[in-house]
Amino acid sequence: MSTARDTWHRPPFIANPILRWAVYLGVGVYVLWTIATLPIDWARVAEGLERAQRIFGGAFPPSFARSGLLIDGFLESLKIAILATFGGVLLSIPIAFMAARNISPLPIYYLGRALIIIARSFHPVIVAIIFVKAVGFGPFAGVLTLVVYSIGFVAKMLAERIEEIDFGQVEAMRAAGAPYLSTLFYAIFPQIMPRQIGLTIYQLDSNLRASAVVGIVGAGGIGSTLANAFGRYDYDFALAITMVIVGVILVSEAVSGQIRKRI
Amino acid sequence: MTLSDLHRDDWARFTPRQRMQRYAMFLLGALAVGWALGSIDVIWAWVWDAPVQMGDLFGRMIPPDPTNLDTILWVLWETVNIATIATAFAVLISLPVAYLAAQNTTPNRATLWLGRFILVSSRSINTIIWALLFVAIFGPGIVAGIVAIMFRSIGFIGKLLGEAIEEIDKRPVEALEATGASRFKIIAYAIVPQVMPTFWAVSILRWDINLRESTVLGLVGAGGIGIILQGAIDTFNWPEAATVLLAILVLVILGEIVSAFLRRRIL
Amino acid sequence: MGPAGTGRVRNREIQMLKITELVKRYGSGDPVLKNLNLTIEGESVVSIIGSSGAGKSTLLRCINRLVEPSSGSIVLNGTELTKLRGRELRAARRKIGMVFQGFNLVDRLTVMENVQSGRLGYISTWAAVMRRYPKEDIRRAYELMERVGIAHYADKRADELSGGERQRVGVVRALMQKPEILLADEPTASLDPKTSEQIMGLLRDLAGELKLPVLINIHNVAEAKEYTDRIVGMRYGRIIFDDLPEKLDQDAMDKIYSGSPAADRAGTPGEMREAS
Repeated sequence: MSTARDTWHRPPFIANPILRWAVYLGVGVYVLWTIATLPIDWARVAEGLERAQRIFGGAFPPSFARSGLLIDGFLESLKIAILATFGGVLLSIPIAFMAARNISPLPIYYLGRALIIIARSFHPVIVAIIFVKAVGFGPFAGVLTLVVYSIGFVAKMLAERIEEIDFGQVEAMRAAGAPYLSTLFYAIFPQIMPRQIGLTIYQLDSNLRASAVVGIVGAGGIGSTLANAFGRYDYDFALAITMVIVGVILVSEAVSGQIRKRI
Repeated sequence: MTLSDLHRDDWARFTPRQRMQRYAMFLLGALAVGWALGSIDVIWAWVWDAPVQMGDLFGRMIPPDPTNLDTILWVLWETVNIATIATAFAVLISLPVAYLAAQNTTPNRATLWLGRFILVSSRSINTIIWALLFVAIFGPGIVAGIVAIMFRSIGFIGKLLGEAIEEIDKRPVEALEATGASRFKIIAYAIVPQVMPTFWAVSILRWDINLRESTVLGLVGAGGIGIILQGAIDTFNWPEAATVLLAILVLVILGEIVSAFLRRRIL
Repeated sequence: MGPAGTGRVRNREIQMLKITELVKRYGSGDPVLKNLNLTIEGESVVSIIGSSGAGKSTLLRCINRLVEPSSGSIVLNGTELTKLRGRELRAARRKIGMVFQGFNLVDRLTVMENVQSGRLGYISTWAAVMRRYPKEDIRRAYELMERVGIAHYADKRADELSGGERQRVGVVRALMQKPEILLADEPTASLDPKTSEQIMGLLRDLAGELKLPVLINIHNVAEAKEYTDRIVGMRYGRIIFDDLPEKLDQDAMDKIYSGSPAADRAGTPGEMREAS
């Protein structure tokens, strides 16, 4: 009979006790220190709560009086999203090929990856500000921004898909002496096409969402309408716009989900 | 070229009905692009001029000006803190919300809809819009930024966690019910361990996203590196703007490396 | 000789489960259990056989109310189980151990945590969450794990174990409850023949050592005959055979399995559905 054991401890996640306590201590100190140094101005917050009351008071009931402006803003967002998706997907295809390790020579692969990383790293609002400065206020800056945004996502996913393709077909084509472009058309495109359509629809939905945001910094669409309403303290109109944005996003998400399920 | 390719693709794989649907879809797509191009409110002269303008702007960014680098780095650190603290709070708050929004754990219909309402409103309103609101309430500064990111993240984390709860293996839950354990203990022993991997993965993913989001909060006055960027752009100090942009790029790439490391470590 | 060195003093009363006129109906369909009567006394190992759909699993789950009976009565050692609610129901469930076909372990927890989850009804929430199990429970867990041969796995995650080992964890979890009866729902259906025999042998031996009545749903008639003291044959929600294993002859088998896919296994050509 073995000796009766009456203690048991769950095996710790990090086996080394020194490292474990160092991690706990580090996390604890970090959290405490950051929270303690947060510049919360309670007087300002108290004042802010009053202000919040005023905002919410002003926001109810939401005003749809200027629904013409609202509809125009939305149509513009929709146009921005459509053009950006079209341009973004079109540009994503060559960039994705560049960034696919199994197809591109190394220098081109790095260039493709770098483009994708840059496009992904910057939040669309930052990109929008730069484009607004470069090409002026309005929907064109919005389209350019979302083209970059689309490349960041579509080219990345597409490049991953290309890296997964069945290479036998490509080799068969090459062995038959087919030129490079024909290889692309016959061996690779059919394999990535279904994915591409799904990505495009997903991106259209994302772009519609994002267009509401980049408008806030002046890149056109419903976001600009919202920023203007907020800036002019038209909180009731701002709430109406926000409600419609939420509604449209929900509908667009449902529609894009349905379409992607069917493909 | 995509169209012609699809044409070749079609004959082999699709029934005529599917082919018609595909044609209809592409026609619809073409019409949409045409409509948008025809009616969008842009000054085309500016469009043609855009490459020149962009070249000019990027030209002025070179070389980047590192004189304020120490301030930039300090504010960048503050940006990381915004993302981290906001993610931590959002994770804590999203736990009960996910519990309410998952069909198999929510106490009743009313709580299910409450949970879903919280998720939908949080997710549908972008961080920047939340930030606009909280800047008005808390005043400019990082508190507004933290709260804004938190509000947006709750929906994201809560939705994914809720789905993970709905997808758990129900057999251990049944087994613990059979032992006469209380509701809370069943959650702690049969549900929590099963959603733990998703919990960590989602938290890390959202932290990575929040790092990006927190770089723009400053543009609406909610703290972080965006304030310096906005300042540099407003004063046409393009060399400094370039430094900030590079700093953001490095931050985001580092963030991705860290989250990839954590994901490997934890899962 | 104490009961198998489990350090447990069991009252010497005879354990008794009495089921009367039990009906279970899902929705508006034909009842799955039709006025079923069954009494189990003492420490016998009772197996329930019958083709799938006969209502075996529903019967077992009605006893610990994982399935809500439509009408009838189930009395365990003087407690009417069908009327219990909330806290009382949980208290009653603690006295009923259950072993499952799919083991139903929490894969990502250690074997010890899985085993201790059988005690969840008894310990405080704080102790449960912090894994501060009472010394007595830990000692008992090690003893039981030792008994079934898995003590050296205490710190392993449940998903690292083989099927037979996992089922042993399931058995120990149920025994940790100090049950007054053990229910086993197809405990060997997910196991290979050899492991399956081991688990059945283990259940039989434990029943003897712990003076514990065991009620086992099983589709393997040979195992039922070898390892159990009494066989109950179910067909379409009724008990049509209830006797010693050696009384289960070909005729009885035909009645239990006729007109069902399992007829092939019973070795008879499917005869017409008898009016029952």
